[in-house]
Amino acid sequence: MSRNRVSFTLDSTLDTVNSAEATASEMATQAGFADEDVMKIAMAVREAAVNAVLHGNAYDPGKKVTLDFERTGSELVIRIRDQGKGIDLKNIPDPLAPENLLKTSGRGIFLIRSFMDEVEINPSTAGTEIKLVKHVHGPAAGG
Amino acid sequence: MSMKSSTRQVDGVTIVDLSGRITLGEGSIILRDTIRDLIGKGNKKILLNLGDVNYIDSSGIGELVSAFTTVRNQGGDLKLLNLTKKVHDLLQITKLYTVFDVKEDEAAAVKSFS
Repeated sequence: MSRNRVSFTLDSTLDTVNSAEATASEMATQAGFADEDVMKIAMAVREAAVNAVLHGNAYDPGKKVTLDFERTGSELVIRIRDQGKGIDLKNIPDPLAPENLLKTSGRGIFLIRSFMDEVEINPSTAGTEIKLVKHVHGPAAGG
Repeated sequence: MSMKSSTRQVDGVTIVDLSGRITLGEGSIILRDTIRDLIGKGNKKILLNLGDVNYIDSSGIGELVSAFTTVRNQGGDLKLLNLTKKVHDLLQITKLYTVFDVKEDEAAAVKSFS
């Protein structure tokens, strides 16, 4: 089983969001995911990075976003950490509820859950870590 | 690739041709400014042509919803044209596909406003 791990520490800026998305796309492609899954993984990472930069660190230049990509033979594990106050999991609205359909925000975590196989959100007073897992299917799974 | 926006008038309907990415930042801002500008000029029949929009994130989806409600609140109507598969799928899973009036043919879409 091959194992690759890379980590990045980035500023709380929009550039970080774009960089996270591009890196996720590259890592997912290298891991052998099909184009559609690459797009889903990159989008999930983008949404998680948006949450970290905007809602977690609130663009604070003194706070960093950490991205960690770990590729095993059977899955791609991505962790995104911010240094914010920690998300309140009880207050995440359901974007599919009729009263929320026309809201202009609140779909990020829903999209992340839709696109990844496993999602763990671990908030603390030192920040929030979100762990995203996508299983490699097909021939690449043996690699 | 950032987003580009251009507008044209067809039989009283403003068609906004968008291309690129509608994402947090520039893409969302361009869409917001375009809609505000059109509403400010009294254009209330708006058809967003998304045929060349290859990517949209949750902020972009929010901006589409905002555009829709802004135009509706002004007594107008906003419809979507030529969704790519990616955008179509995103609107499906967010249950917005049935909220928006989605068209596939420009001429028929323009007629539908009258």
